[in-house]
Amino acid sequence: MAVLPETATVYWRPRLDAGRLRRRGQLWTFSTLAHTLPFLATAALLMALEPLSFPVAAIAVVHAWGIPALYANRGVNVVRPRPRAGSAPERTALGLLGDLLGHEARRLHSRTGLALERGRLGVWLVGEAGALLVRQGGRRVDCWCVKVDAELPSADRTAHLLLALREDEEGFATVANLAFSGAVWRLRRRLPAAMRPALDAARAQA
Amino acid sequence: MGRMARLIRMDQAGHTTLAEWTAGDDAATEAAVAAFREQLDAGYYAVVSSGEGHAEQVRELPLDAELVILRRPIAGG
Repeated sequence: MAVLPETATVYWRPRLDAGRLRRRGQLWTFSTLAHTLPFLATAALLMALEPLSFPVAAIAVVHAWGIPALYANRGVNVVRPRPRAGSAPERTALGLLGDLLGHEARRLHSRTGLALERGRLGVWLVGEAGALLVRQGGRRVDCWCVKVDAELPSADRTAHLLLALREDEEGFATVANLAFSGAVWRLRRRLPAAMRPALDAARAQA
Repeated sequence: MGRMARLIRMDQAGHTTLAEWTAGDDAATEAAVAAFREQLDAGYYAVVSSGEGHAEQVRELPLDAELVILRRPIAGG
């Protein structure tokens, strides 16, 4: 199988496969719990010791709620639209991207700005500067930050990532940086409304 | 007459066609091979997309391919 050449630039990273991906997800969940449980425990302890400390306990609960929310927001940022190039280059680039996508994926991209691609690890939604991976079963999503270091129209940036993903899916995930891993619902509520149909379609296929 | 094949580079213009060739046209093929090597030397990767879900990186110009796309390297953001 061909290996994505960019993996050589991250030689210290073990190549990502389904098992490593699952363990990274578990580690992410554990890390989130480690961030939030102490705040919840503090809130519970304060209320048990002195009910009048309710305002401080409430602040602790807000922290416990806010930390996973911030992480999920970081995940959404990988697919937020970037500034556009001129309209002519964008049209040209969109034509090429359309040729690379199938009919359904092309329609979904025109509605949402995300290109849907089925892989062995799950269903991918490729954006301009990152990709979402909806795992099998559709309950968990991983957000990957990955980009092209060049001034390009947005559709070309998406095409770059799509081609690299098609060349070597595991290599693609090895090169990319994980920005968030967690429940789909956590990400969906922060995703721009226009992009939510793409996430729903990916969940349906995962 | 054979089908026209294209070598394109994704760039600021959307994409630019660098070469076109058909089987049997030796001059056009030579020019395409030269353009291909020049772009690889400049740091581009060449990819042939073979339908949904499949793409293959190539280091020699596949003369039988319909479309060869040149892309820049990707990196973690």
